Amino acid sequence: MIAFQGVYKIYNSHSTALEDVNFRVNPGEFVSLVGRSGAGKSTVIKLLIGEEKPNRGRIFFGQYEINKLNDKDLPPFRRHIGIVFQDFRLLAAKNAYENVAFALEVAGRPQREIADLVPQVLDMVGLGDKTKNFPHELSGGEKQRVAIARAMVHRPEVIIADEPTGNLDPFHAAEIIDLLKKINQLGTTVILATHDRDIVNAVEKRVITLDRGRVIRDEEGGRYILV
Amino acid sequence: MFTVISRIVHYGFTNFWRNGWPSAATVAIMVVALMGFLGLIFFNVITGQAIASVQDKIDISVYFKTSTPEDEILSIKQSVESLSEVKSVEYVSADRALEIFKENHKDDPTISQAITELGSNPLVASLNVKARRPDQYASIAQYLQVPNLARWVDNVSYSKNEVVIDRLVAIIENVNRGGLILTIVLALIAGLVVFNTIRLAIYSSRDEIGVMRAVGASNSLVRGPFMVEGVIAGVLSAVVSIIVTAPIAYAVSPYFSVFIPGLNIFRYFYANLLSLFGYQLLFGIGVGALSSFVAVRRYLKN
Repeated sequence: MIAFQGVYKIYNSHSTALEDVNFRVNPGEFVSLVGRSGAGKSTVIKLLIGEEKPNRGRIFFGQYEINKLNDKDLPPFRRHIGIVFQDFRLLAAKNAYENVAFALEVAGRPQREIADLVPQVLDMVGLGDKTKNFPHELSGGEKQRVAIARAMVHRPEVIIADEPTGNLDPFHAAEIIDLLKKINQLGTTVILATHDRDIVNAVEKRVITLDRGRVIRDEEGGRYILV
Repeated sequence: MFTVISRIVHYGFTNFWRNGWPSAATVAIMVVALMGFLGLIFFNVITGQAIASVQDKIDISVYFKTSTPEDEILSIKQSVESLSEVKSVEYVSADRALEIFKENHKDDPTISQAITELGSNPLVASLNVKARRPDQYASIAQYLQVPNLARWVDNVSYSKNEVVIDRLVAIIENVNRGGLILTIVLALIAGLVVFNTIRLAIYSSRDEIGVMRAVGASNSLVRGPFMVEGVIAGVLSAVVSIIVTAPIAYAVSPYFSVFIPGLNIFRYFYANLLSLFGYQLLFGIGVGALSSFVAVRRYLKN
C-alpha cells in the first residue's frame, strides 16, 4: 500500500538526505524505521505525509502518488493517515476532547458521530476522565496519548509516528508503544520512526535501518543494529 | 457545506474567547485605529465648516452711481443671477444701506449727528454677489466690468479685495487637498497597524496552523476561523470606539464652537451616529477579515 521507488531528497549540494530509497509496506504491517539522528528518518516521514517533495523517484500511498499532490490535494490525502509527532502538536486552545474531535471535524463527519466516537477513543487510550483538560494541564505521556487518540479516531489506514517517545520517560514510552501495538493488532498499519534501541528490540517486528540516507537493512523481526 | 461554515464560525468564536489577551490587544489596537479614523472624519467636518464659514464671508459688491434708476439695477441683478457661477445676489437699496449704516453706528453720536445734518442720503445702492465657488469671483467681476455697464456702475469691490480673495482661494484649495492626503495617509497607517497586529497574532498561531494542516484540515477550514476572529475584533472595536468617542466629542465640542461658529461636533456625532457606526463597522470588519485572510496565506503552503 505504501511504496518508495528510487527516492532521492537533496537539500543542497552538501547535504543529501535520501539516496535511492526503495521499500514497500503492506497493509497491517508494523514497521520500525530506525537510524541515528540525521540518517533520514524524518525526511522519509516528511515525504510520506507530503510535507516535502522528493527530487527524484516516486512515492505511492494507495491510489495517491504523493510526490504529485499539490497544496489543495494534501488535506484530503492526509485524512487517510494519522500522524503522531515527538512534540505532540496538540492545539493549545482546545481541550483533549476537542483536539480529538478536530480530526473528525476536518473530515466533515456529523456531530452525532463525533460525540459518539471521541469518548470511546479517549477511553481506549486511558484518558476517559480527562476529556475536558487542556494540553497544558496534561503530562507528557497523557499529551501523547491524546495525540494518538487524535491520530486514530478517524480510522486511518496508516498511523505514522515520528519519534513518539522522544520526549517521554521509559515508563511512559513503553505505554505509548503498547498502545501503538494494540492499534496495529486492530488492523491499522503502523510506521514508527525512532532511534530508541530498547523500544525497537521490544517491538520485535519488521525493522528498516537507514544510514546516511540509504536503506542498509530491512528485516522481519529485526533488531536495532548499528555499527 | 453548512456543517463546515457552522464549524468555522464556532471555532472562530471559541478561539477568540480563549485567546483572551491577544484578542483583547487586537481589539485595543483596532479601537485606537478606528478612533483615528473617526478623528479624520471630524477633521474633515471641522475644516469643511471652517472653509464654509470663511467662504460665506467672501462676496463682491457692485456700487451703482446715484443716477442709476432702480429698474436698471433690478434688471442687472436679474442678468447677474442668471450666471451659472452665481449663488445669490442681494440688492441693497440706498435707503436700506443708510439704515444698516445707522444701525451699525447707533452708539456713535458724532456720526449719527453728521448723517442727520447732511439731510440727504450719501450712500449708494449696491448688489452683493456671492459665487458658488471662491475661484469664480474673478470671472463674475469681469462680467460686471464690461463697458456697457460702466454707465451705471460706480465701482466693483473685487478689484479692492482681489488679493485677499485670491489668497483665500489658494488657502481653501490647499486645506482641501491637504485634508484629503492626510486622510488617505492616516487611514493607510491605521490599516497597516491593524494588519501588523493581526499578522503577529497569527504568527504566534503558526504551529497550530501546521497541526491543522497535518490533521488534514482544508485551507478554508484553517483560514475561516481566523477571518471570523478578525470580524469579531472589527465589530467589537467599532462598538467600543463609538462608545469611547461619544464623551470625548461631548467634551471638546464647546472649544471648537468658539473657533468656528455654527460648528457643534457632538451634535454632528449624534445626528450621524448610525452612518458613523456604519463606517466604523465597515472599516473594522474589512481590515480585520482582510488582514487575517492575507496573514494566514503564507502558512498554508505544504
